[in-house]
Amino acid sequence: MTTEATPPPDATPPTDATPPVAKDGGGGGAGAGPRALARQRRLRSVLRFWRQYRTHRAGLLGLAALVLFALTALTAPLTVGSDVAGVTGAPGRPLESPSGEFPLGTDRFGRDLLGLLVWGSRVSLLVGLLAAVLSVAIGALVGITAGHFRGAYATVMMRITDWFLVMPTLVLAIALATVMSRSLGTIVLAIGVTSWPTTARLVRAQTLAVESRPYIERAKALGGGHWHIMSRHVLPNVMPLVLAQTTLMISSSILAEATLAFLGLGDPTVVSWGGLLQEAREAGAVSSGAWWYLVPPGVAIAVVALAFTLCGRAVESVLNPRLGVAR
Amino acid sequence: MTADAASAAASAPAGAPGGPARGPRARTGASYLRYGAGKVGGAAVSLLAVLLTSFFLFRLIPGDPVKYMTGGRQVSAEQLAAYRREFGLDLPLWEQFTDYCRKALTGDLGTSYQFRAPVIDKITEALPNTLLLTGTAFVLYTALGILLGTRSAWRHGGLGDRLNTGLALTLYSIPSFWLGLLLIIVFSVGMGPVPGLFPTGGMESGGEEGFAYVVDVAHHLVLPVVTLVAVDYGQTLLVTRSALLDEMGSDYLTTARAKGLRDDLVRRRHAVPNALLPTVTLVFINLGRTVAGVILVETVFSWPGLGGLFYQALSVPDLPLVQGLFFVFAAAVIIMNTLADLIYPLLDPRVGR
Repeated sequence: MTTEATPPPDATPPTDATPPVAKDGGGGGAGAGPRALARQRRLRSVLRFWRQYRTHRAGLLGLAALVLFALTALTAPLTVGSDVAGVTGAPGRPLESPSGEFPLGTDRFGRDLLGLLVWGSRVSLLVGLLAAVLSVAIGALVGITAGHFRGAYATVMMRITDWFLVMPTLVLAIALATVMSRSLGTIVLAIGVTSWPTTARLVRAQTLAVESRPYIERAKALGGGHWHIMSRHVLPNVMPLVLAQTTLMISSSILAEATLAFLGLGDPTVVSWGGLLQEAREAGAVSSGAWWYLVPPGVAIAVVALAFTLCGRAVESVLNPRLGVAR
Repeated sequence: MTADAASAAASAPAGAPGGPARGPRARTGASYLRYGAGKVGGAAVSLLAVLLTSFFLFRLIPGDPVKYMTGGRQVSAEQLAAYRREFGLDLPLWEQFTDYCRKALTGDLGTSYQFRAPVIDKITEALPNTLLLTGTAFVLYTALGILLGTRSAWRHGGLGDRLNTGLALTLYSIPSFWLGLLLIIVFSVGMGPVPGLFPTGGMESGGEEGFAYVVDVAHHLVLPVVTLVAVDYGQTLLVTRSALLDEMGSDYLTTARAKGLRDDLVRRRHAVPNALLPTVTLVFINLGRTVAGVILVETVFSWPGLGGLFYQALSVPDLPLVQGLFFVFAAAVIIMNTLADLIYPLLDPRVGR
């Protein structure tokens, strides 16, 4: 659930490389029909993408870190289990400093902080991913439709986008999270619906560029409707941009989740990295100098956010060679 | 986020209407006025939209706002009704709304539930402190970002560039509140050999007068400003760097070198002024991020500004105060963006005329 949704970098070498565009795969690969051809072409372009991606050292480093965190999060039920978050029957005394038994010490209830850190990665990654997917989905929808249907609809949509663009995103997200009930869904929604405008602008620009090409005119002349053009011609062309954007957006969503949780707007019943930091502050970890309570969650947030940023930048510079020099 | 803001910066001037070429005098006059009026009008519409949003958004809250005021105490029905009357909550929604709009236009943003004081007073009280903190941080991180970004781009690919970019990206990924907490542990509480050098929070120790007071406030200012600068300079650095890299291959730089200018002069007189154009827009757009950073940093350092007030209001939740601060934050960003739009064509004659 957590990592299957991770965008393209993971679509490592051959076989499993099914780009998200390939929804029409119903026909199977038999024979050299148009679908098989299309599939081969996609496979080739994914391979080409991977060969270029491989040359970005920072991108590979980010990818490796992500795989590591994804594995940690996915195997957490086996390694630590949900008991680790239980307040009753905690194994240690409150605020023990790191020792052989508790490598990262204990929290204010005497729970094992290493276990909590591992368990918290599930929520932080999940919320980050879902919020980013929601945000990019809204952005892509608004961008493609605003680029396809010109006129009044586009004007109104772009006005709304511009308005959201100038709003301080986090303040709006905080306001939304305040008025809704405390839950993970609220956090995902609050981040998702406030951070889509940049994606919408990028996608719209790309849509306009694609729609000015002759083959779109040809498709229209052959009777292709709005839906056909948007889903079969525009979407595959903006998809790389959307994927790069998603990767970058996950990084800021994870930071935003941590921020909201730190402000006490998160779901109090689940463990997340931002929530751990909030608890640490409330428990007086700062004045008592309990650095082991504060350092690990922050490092985890920073490493994951950095890893997604590095991947996103690498994907971007592969897809947009003009940025190559800026790498 | 870096790429978003950069593209936002890039798209802002692109969205501006390109007027027909006329004589230089006509261009600086009427056409700029028309462009400026359009931008200011757009900002006014945005501000109005924010005002409406903040009214309806905070009426969506489930439950009875009076419950938050009483804080769970047992109160009689009469008292609840009295509270409702006091805050105008017994009126129908549309009457509350017209009331709200009329008052907002005269600068009255309602009464805070927890302080029992006009929201506008609380805001004007905290505003100078926030301006001091944000202003100092803003000047420092912009200067640092531009300086390091220029150096990075001029020697791009080198060790210095890679270290610079790497550090900027890392700091950019760090949650500001976490960095603040760490700085407090190390430099205020003291850790190992490091004694407590700086105060843990607040803005003044109290009791100082005159020059001693200024020194005292500056002493309190150090850690919050360092936190804000560390988290925010990266974006300016990256945008300055890529803007300068775009200019690097230009013919006019080759010309400048060919006529014998020193490398350092080519950079300062020719390349940097052109590369700074997109950075100007970004610097203002960055303020949106700084507003968010200020909320957290002020909370962590108990700085008596708008951000700290916002946190206090959130934890109640004190709706009129949250609503008023939401409006102030949004308005600050909208006004800054409009300023960027207004300044940009004065700097770059290719845009907006």
